[in-house]
Amino acid sequence: MRILFKTSYDYDIRMFKHWYQARWYILLLVLAVAAPWLLGTFMVGEVTNVLIWALAGMGLMILVGQTGQASLGHAAFLAVGCYSNVILQERLGLPFILTFPLSGLIAGLAGVALAIPTTRLHGIYLAIATLAVSIMVEDLIVLAEPLTGGVSGLFAPDIEIFGLTINRYVDPELFYWLTLAIVVIVLYLYRNLLRSPLGRAFAAVRDSEISAQAMGVNVARTKAKAFGLSTAITGLAGALMGHFAGIFTHETFNILISIQMLLMIVVGGLGFIHGAFFGAVIIAFLPQALAIARDWVGTALGTGSVIVPGLENAVFGVILVLFILFEPMGIYGRWLKVRTYFELFPFYRRDMFRRQKSYLKTERMR
Amino acid sequence: MSLLDVRNVTLKFGGVIAVNNVSFSVEEGEVFALVGPNGAGKSTLFNLISRFYDPVEGEILFNGESLLKHPSHDIAKLGIARTFQNIELFEQATVLQNLLVGRHRFRKSNMLTELLFTPFVRNQERENRAAVEHVIDFLDLHAYRDKFIAGLPYGVRKVVEMGRALALEPKLLLLDEPASGLSVEETRDVAFWIEDIKNQMGVTVLMVEHDMHLVSAVSDRVLALADGKVLTVGTPQEVQSHPAVIEAYIGVDDEVAA
Repeated sequence: MRILFKTSYDYDIRMFKHWYQARWYILLLVLAVAAPWLLGTFMVGEVTNVLIWALAGMGLMILVGQTGQASLGHAAFLAVGCYSNVILQERLGLPFILTFPLSGLIAGLAGVALAIPTTRLHGIYLAIATLAVSIMVEDLIVLAEPLTGGVSGLFAPDIEIFGLTINRYVDPELFYWLTLAIVVIVLYLYRNLLRSPLGRAFAAVRDSEISAQAMGVNVARTKAKAFGLSTAITGLAGALMGHFAGIFTHETFNILISIQMLLMIVVGGLGFIHGAFFGAVIIAFLPQALAIARDWVGTALGTGSVIVPGLENAVFGVILVLFILFEPMGIYGRWLKVRTYFELFPFYRRDMFRRQKSYLKTERMR
Repeated sequence: MSLLDVRNVTLKFGGVIAVNNVSFSVEEGEVFALVGPNGAGKSTLFNLISRFYDPVEGEILFNGESLLKHPSHDIAKLGIARTFQNIELFEQATVLQNLLVGRHRFRKSNMLTELLFTPFVRNQERENRAAVEHVIDFLDLHAYRDKFIAGLPYGVRKVVEMGRALALEPKLLLLDEPASGLSVEETRDVAFWIEDIKNQMGVTVLMVEHDMHLVSAVSDRVLALADGKVLTVGTPQEVQSHPAVIEAYIGVDDEVAA
């Protein structure tokens, strides 16, 4: 185990604990940038998909993991980001470099608009309200046909940026690098959030609204900010998703996507940025893994490939249940335990990460 | 002018009168204790001052300014900090982060500068940290600085909560049963800390406490409550020997009463 001798407060403020930790992330970044040369075209597309999901996951993580507000409606904000990005490009002829941030802004404002009436709701009631929003947005897209193309959907145009034309099928590498750059920027902002007063206010609202209030945190406004940031990032992910899919309809952003997003961050590890990425890997690669497993089972049984409708969602469900039962801290939580085991070897204790139940909670006054 | 002036405050929950026409005032620089049996309305008074409840009648003045026109998240900004009877810490955060939330009222940065973590925000963080370190020194919390609340023993949590309130640099500190559930040694520590908070930091303390040894050791004046009504105000000795207080705690001897 490495003992860090801290000589100034900056040790606790800076982004990485020490150079050794930073080294690993720099290595990861270098590998990520070099990925198109290391991987085949197909895999580059898959990794792009993972990054887009991770971006959406980071958005939801700010709300659920950091601020403790449940949302079952984030697919709606993917849709808002996606549609506004494409509509602004097609109808107003704005360039991607403007429409992309604007789509995030519009999704963020939509999130704040949702937060104003719903921040009084807690837990399951908030989840239901956001669920309703997800369903409503799906219907609204169909109704607003002149703008959204209704059930036939919209085509995403090629991205024009810095004099480059990026089509995700023609130049998957360029699209990958664009996505990577956006993910890295959002990551940087997210990390800054966590080490600043607003990030602490989010955690305060998550853990005890009543004492957050007593410490001078405006709970309603803090929740609205969390909603705004969360939905803005989700909107950016939605905009990228539109370009990635090429064509999208109201069904691209249905309620199952909302549930998948929540599942993703819970399985990845609630409250950790890493969790969004681990969860995204699961979400993006599970369908492929299932297809391979299906072929394998088919060959083994000699029945040929079997298609089971709804298998994907069933497997997602089983994974979620297993994680909630056996590893509520998610994949990242498991990784933390493994790492601590080796760092402290042979002094790791089994109950090191066990959460103490607290039975004493001031009766909630509201 | 008194620091805190509670005037004829009444609060009803449905038909129950939790606080009935209570008046008292806390002078600057004193330790003022509220005592009384369970359900007397002590914590309710705290929640009224914190603006979690709206009184039906009456007025609460702090530094001559009415608290009733301020929402509850403004109370900290005015310089009133509090602890809770049953510990309300931020469980999934470290001790340091908990104490830093106490500095929220000094936040001058906004969302945008924080997302970009400008040098201004960095400096603000350094200042907050320095202020919090003073509190850590004062309460001897060094060993727990980077520990998560969720794994800490009860006694330490109690101290951390007091620390979080002190990080606010309050003028008035509301302590809701600071010694409940603590051992004799820990209670003695709390007594010393309250003395130091009053004498060294110049903070006025209003506390609810059942431990009469602690109350008589540290408080300048005591207010006894029962069933939402004021029984008496005075020095600890006066209040303890007041017949109405004895009656409220022990009851009346039937033979004497008859």
